[in-house]
Amino acid sequence: MKIVVCVKQVPDTKGGVKFNPDGTLDRAAMLTIMNPDDKAGLEAALRLKDQYGAEVTVLTMGLPKAEEVLREAMAMGADKGILVTDRVLGGADTWATSQTLAGAIRNLDYDLIITGRQAIDGDTAQVGPQISEHLGIPVISYAQKIEVEGDSVIVERQFDDRYHVLKAKMPCLITALAELNEPRYMTPGGIFDAYKADITVWGRADLKDVEDSNLGLKGSPTQIAKASDKVRKGAGEKVNLDPAASVDYIVEKLKAKHVI
Amino acid sequence: MDFMLDKQHEMVRTLFKEFSEKEVKPLAQEVDETEVFPRVTVEKMAKAGFMGIPIPKEYGGQGADVLTYAMCVEELSKVCGTTGVIVSAHTSLCCDPILTFGTEEQKQKYLVPLAKGEKLGAFGLTEPGAGTDAQGQQTKAVLEGDEWVLNGSKIFITNGKEADVYVIFAVTGMIEKRGKMMKEISAFIVEKGTPGFTFGTKENKMGIRGSSTYELIFTDCRIPKENMLGAQGKGFNIAMHTLDGGRIGIAAQALGLAEGALDRTVEYVKERKQFGRAIGAFQNTQFQLADMATKTKAAQLMVYAAACKKDEYTKNPKVSYSVEAAQAKLYAAEVAMEVTTKAVQLHGGYGYIREYDVERMMRDAKITEIYEGTSEVQRMVISANLLK
Repeated sequence: MKIVVCVKQVPDTKGGVKFNPDGTLDRAAMLTIMNPDDKAGLEAALRLKDQYGAEVTVLTMGLPKAEEVLREAMAMGADKGILVTDRVLGGADTWATSQTLAGAIRNLDYDLIITGRQAIDGDTAQVGPQISEHLGIPVISYAQKIEVEGDSVIVERQFDDRYHVLKAKMPCLITALAELNEPRYMTPGGIFDAYKADITVWGRADLKDVEDSNLGLKGSPTQIAKASDKVRKGAGEKVNLDPAASVDYIVEKLKAKHVI
Repeated sequence: MDFMLDKQHEMVRTLFKEFSEKEVKPLAQEVDETEVFPRVTVEKMAKAGFMGIPIPKEYGGQGADVLTYAMCVEELSKVCGTTGVIVSAHTSLCCDPILTFGTEEQKQKYLVPLAKGEKLGAFGLTEPGAGTDAQGQQTKAVLEGDEWVLNGSKIFITNGKEADVYVIFAVTGMIEKRGKMMKEISAFIVEKGTPGFTFGTKENKMGIRGSSTYELIFTDCRIPKENMLGAQGKGFNIAMHTLDGGRIGIAAQALGLAEGALDRTVEYVKERKQFGRAIGAFQNTQFQLADMATKTKAAQLMVYAAACKKDEYTKNPKVSYSVEAAQAKLYAAEVAMEVTTKAVQLHGGYGYIREYDVERMMRDAKITEIYEGTSEVQRMVISANLLK
């Protein structure tokens, strides 16, 4: 089985957020991590690899620095890393990003594509399903459990108050929730191996069947009018009471603030 | 000469830090309080490959360098001294001598599961009458047919009751050296569960309280002849070589304790207010912190330098890292004691309370000046090299 996992290097929410003058994120200036939903998607792929045997390729689009997230994925057990980086791809919204990633994936053999549900910096949950549209394959989003049966996947899709069990023939795309699993740690030996391994670097010219008009900031229908860091809330208050007393306590507080 | 860590080592540091914060720190206080060996953490560390970092991959290890191993012990000890010494004793005192002196069969049988973390290792040299003076050994091994018969006891053994594989030293005869009769010491690999091998007293310690420190008792304990580690009579050399490496692990543990106490103190002095301002605004606090940070940094450079020297030795056995290891351990241990003590002082009354990490760290730090060669022994090693 060949699995492609799309991962994104995102700002570490523990660090500060910095913006470019055009309102896009200044990614080079921030501490970064692998997006948590993507990490769960990678873990799901690695578990399928452990169980059934698979070749896991991690794919990311980003600045040259995004290579780090591929090394991290390889240190966890991924087999190959592909970085798509090019100035003309900068400032991409979800549309341009999914076009770029689909253009890269068209060069690869795959049975399964796994992406995270959404990235913690954009929170759109659009890129995964859009990739499946561009490639013309089925998508199952919000996966909380993944199993493989023959040439199909059986996925529990999280829903408001229940979950749906869906079956899809491969090749298909799944978007993973962080709750899907507890991702494994890198291993020390894996880290040194990952830095010895070659990372494939692709630019605009390597993308297959994608129009220039669908790429980068110019190809992005979304235009950011204004962006700002979120207003930080106070630490809040923790109380340790039994459930009944807690309800009374909260109601009193809400009354005092004239919320109710 | 490059004092900057490369990207790989930066990434392993991130790994060890993340693991320590998430898996180790939440248990540290409970482990200290209850003296319960953190078995679950050891299992998680095994899965993450922390139990065989400097062991070659062909023997189940990670094939990483000694610097990476030292950084692992450092980061673990920053949040829990007990967890740091569990890894250090296992790796330096049990895996390392089997890797260095073991036969291929011994490596396959014992080192592979140890390095994978499926089994835990320990080292038994110390006896009631043989601490710094290894010649005081009373434990005897007598060859009877195809078996060595062990009789005697070992004390203060780290990972004592929790380990599966033990490197044990015993007297196998007398030899004449420079006209004097000396004890001939040999090393053996002993498995838990061997008839005649039992556990005595559990020590109730000042610090590193979760680390399972036990007395090992051997009563007509028969072990196969092939379990002798290295050549007969080479036990003293094996022990000294092993302790040279172990000192890097303990130096890293001491370093981690100093760093952890410094981190906690920096957080505390920003929060704690007296006379209307944070105590960090007082110059006494600032100067104390500056000294603590400077000495801790110096200790880190010495520990890393000793680890790199041992890496050099792995490539070229003519290189000696004995003095660097002794200096790193001597200095880092004394810095750990000084920094943790100052950390408690800067915390004032709260520093004396169990709820605050620095209280535990100060108790944990003391042992680093004592075990695997006291600070006095390190001074002997260092000065002997100067005056040779």
